[in-house]
Amino acid sequence: MLVSGAALLMACAALVAYDLVSFRESMAHNLAIQAQIAGSNSVSALLFNDPHSAETTLSALKAAPNIIAAAIYTQDGSRFATFSRDAGPQTTNILPSISPGQNDAYQFRDGQLALIHTIVFRGKMTGGVYIVSDLSEMTRRLKRYAGIAAMVLLASLLAALLVGSIFQRAVAEPIVNLAETARIVSRDRNYALRGTPTGKLDEPDILIAAFNEMLEQIQERDQALRAAHEELEQRVHERTAQLATANKELEAFSYSVSHDLRAPLRSIDGFSLALLEDYGERLDAEGKDHLQRIRAATQRMGMLIDDLLNLSRMTRAEIRKEVVDLSALAHSVITALREAQPERHIECRIEDRLEANADPRLVQVIFENLFGNAWKFTSKRDVALVEFGETRHNGNSAYFVRDNGAGFDSAYSNRLFGAFQRLHGAAEFPGTGIGLATVQRIIHRHGGEVWAEGAVEKGATIYFTL
Amino acid sequence: MEDTKVILLVEDNPDDEALTLRALKKNNIKNDVVVARDGVEALDYLFGTGKYAGRDTALIPQVVLLDLKLPKMEGLEVLRRVRTDKRTKLLPVVILTSSNEDEDRIAGYGLGANSYVRKPVDFNQFLDAARHLGLYWLVLNEAPPARRS
Repeated sequence: MLVSGAALLMACAALVAYDLVSFRESMAHNLAIQAQIAGSNSVSALLFNDPHSAETTLSALKAAPNIIAAAIYTQDGSRFATFSRDAGPQTTNILPSISPGQNDAYQFRDGQLALIHTIVFRGKMTGGVYIVSDLSEMTRRLKRYAGIAAMVLLASLLAALLVGSIFQRAVAEPIVNLAETARIVSRDRNYALRGTPTGKLDEPDILIAAFNEMLEQIQERDQALRAAHEELEQRVHERTAQLATANKELEAFSYSVSHDLRAPLRSIDGFSLALLEDYGERLDAEGKDHLQRIRAATQRMGMLIDDLLNLSRMTRAEIRKEVVDLSALAHSVITALREAQPERHIECRIEDRLEANADPRLVQVIFENLFGNAWKFTSKRDVALVEFGETRHNGNSAYFVRDNGAGFDSAYSNRLFGAFQRLHGAAEFPGTGIGLATVQRIIHRHGGEVWAEGAVEKGATIYFTL
Repeated sequence: MEDTKVILLVEDNPDDEALTLRALKKNNIKNDVVVARDGVEALDYLFGTGKYAGRDTALIPQVVLLDLKLPKMEGLEVLRRVRTDKRTKLLPVVILTSSNEDEDRIAGYGLGANSYVRKPVDFNQFLDAARHLGLYWLVLNEAPPARRS
C-alpha cells in the first residue's frame, strides 16, 4: 500500500512538473506573440512619433487579464508609451538591452514574467516592447493540478485499499490459515488436520490442496509404518513364543537326558563294580579287564552327558555382567588345578590387574576349560609353562591363555571349537571335546570372539575378547 | 533309641534302590531302610495312610533320601507336603537325584531340603557320597526331638 502510494505520488509530481515547464513555455510564447502584435501595430506610431497612438495600441492589452504592464521604447531605448493595469509605473524607463541577434528575451522574476521584444521594420530595429505578465494564471493552474493530483492519489489509494482487502481475502487469508494449520500440524504431530480449500481454483487453493495431499501421504505412510511395526511386533511375539516353547522343550529334554540317561549308566557301573567286588575271585584277569572297560566306558559316557548338559546350559544361561577380576579368577583356577595334581610342576605367569565386564560364573567356566586344557596338554613337558595376559587385536583388548604344550596343527584350528572335535587321541590326552565349544558359546554370548594359534609340539594360544 | 530309626528311601528305579542299599551296607550303615517307590507311597508312610494306615507316625525316620523324578507325585511336591505338615516339618530330607539342574537345586533348597546330593555315574563316587551322608545324617546330626503325640 505504501509502495503504491509513493509511486502514485511520484507519478503525479512528475506530471505536474512537466506541465509546469510546458505551461511556462507556452506562456512565454503567448506573451511573445502579444508583444509582437503590439510592436507591429506600434511601428507607424514610432515612425511618426505619435505616442498617443502607441498608447492606444497598448491599451488593447487590457483584454488580456494576465498583463500587468507594458511599454514601448524608441530606437534609442527611451520610453515612448506605457500601459499599466493598476496606476503607477510598472515598467522601466529605459529598455533593458538584450543580446544582439535575438528578437525576444524573457525572464521569470518575483512571480512575474517579463518579456522584451525588439520591433524590426524593414530589417531595421525601430524600437522595443517591454511587457510584464503576472503568473496568477499559472498558480491557479498549478493549484488545480495539485487538487486533481491529490484527488487522483486519494482515489487511487482507496482503490488500492479496496483491491488489497479483496486480494487479502482471496490470497493472504488462506495462506495465513494454511501457515497456522502447518504450525499446529508440526507442533502436535497431528497429521489428521487439513487446510480448508478456498474453492476458487486459484493459487492458494492449489497450495492448500498440495499441502493436504502431502498430509494425506504422511498419514498413509504413518499408517503403513504402524501396520508394519505391529506386524513385526506380532511376529516377534510369535517367534518369542515359539522360542520359549523350543527352549522349554530343550529344557525338558536336557532334564530327561540328565536324569534318565544317567540312571542306566549308574546301574551298569554300579553292578559292574558289584560283580568285581563280590565275584572277582571267580573271574580271570581278562574277565576283570572286560568289566573294568565297561566301567571306564560308562564313566566316560557319564562325563560326556555332563559336558553336553553343561554346554546346553551355557547357551541358555542368562548373562549377568559385572566387573570381574580376571587375574584373581585365573589364580584361583590355577590353584585348584595345582591342588588336584600337586605332583606337577608348572610355571604360571598371570598378568596383574586384568578386569573385564562379564558374567563371573561363565568366565569361571571359560578359565576352567582354557587352563584345564593348558594343564592337560603340557603334561608331557619337563618345564611346563602356562600364561595369561592381555594383548591388542585390531585395536581392541584381547586376552590370551598360552601354553608350551602339545599344540595343534593350525590347519585344523577352525575345528577346535566344534563340539566333540578332538585333535588328539583319547589315549594321548583324555577329554570329551566339548571344552572349547563351551568356551566359544560363552564368549559368543558375551558378544566376544575367540580364536586359536598354535603349531604341533609348539604350544597353543587361545585368544578371546569379552 | 536312635539306632532303631529307619531311613526312608524314596526311589522308583529298582537298580538305584539296589545300589543305594548296597552303598549304605558297604558303609556299615545298619539302619533299617524303608523303600517307597513313588511320592504317594512316601507320604503314606510318613502320615500313616494308604498301605501304611495304622502305622505309629510318632516314629519318624532318621532321614529321608528323596529322588526328584517319581511316579504319581514328584519329589519336590513330596518335600513341600512334608514341610507343610507339622509332624514332619523338621524331618531331615536329603535330595538324592540324577538331576544337576540349577532349577531343581534351587527349588529343592527353597522348599527346605537339608541337603542335595547328585547321584554320580561312578559307583565309587556314589559310595563316597553315601558315606558322607551316613556320617553326617546318621551320626553327627542331632535329629529334632521326637514329636509328642
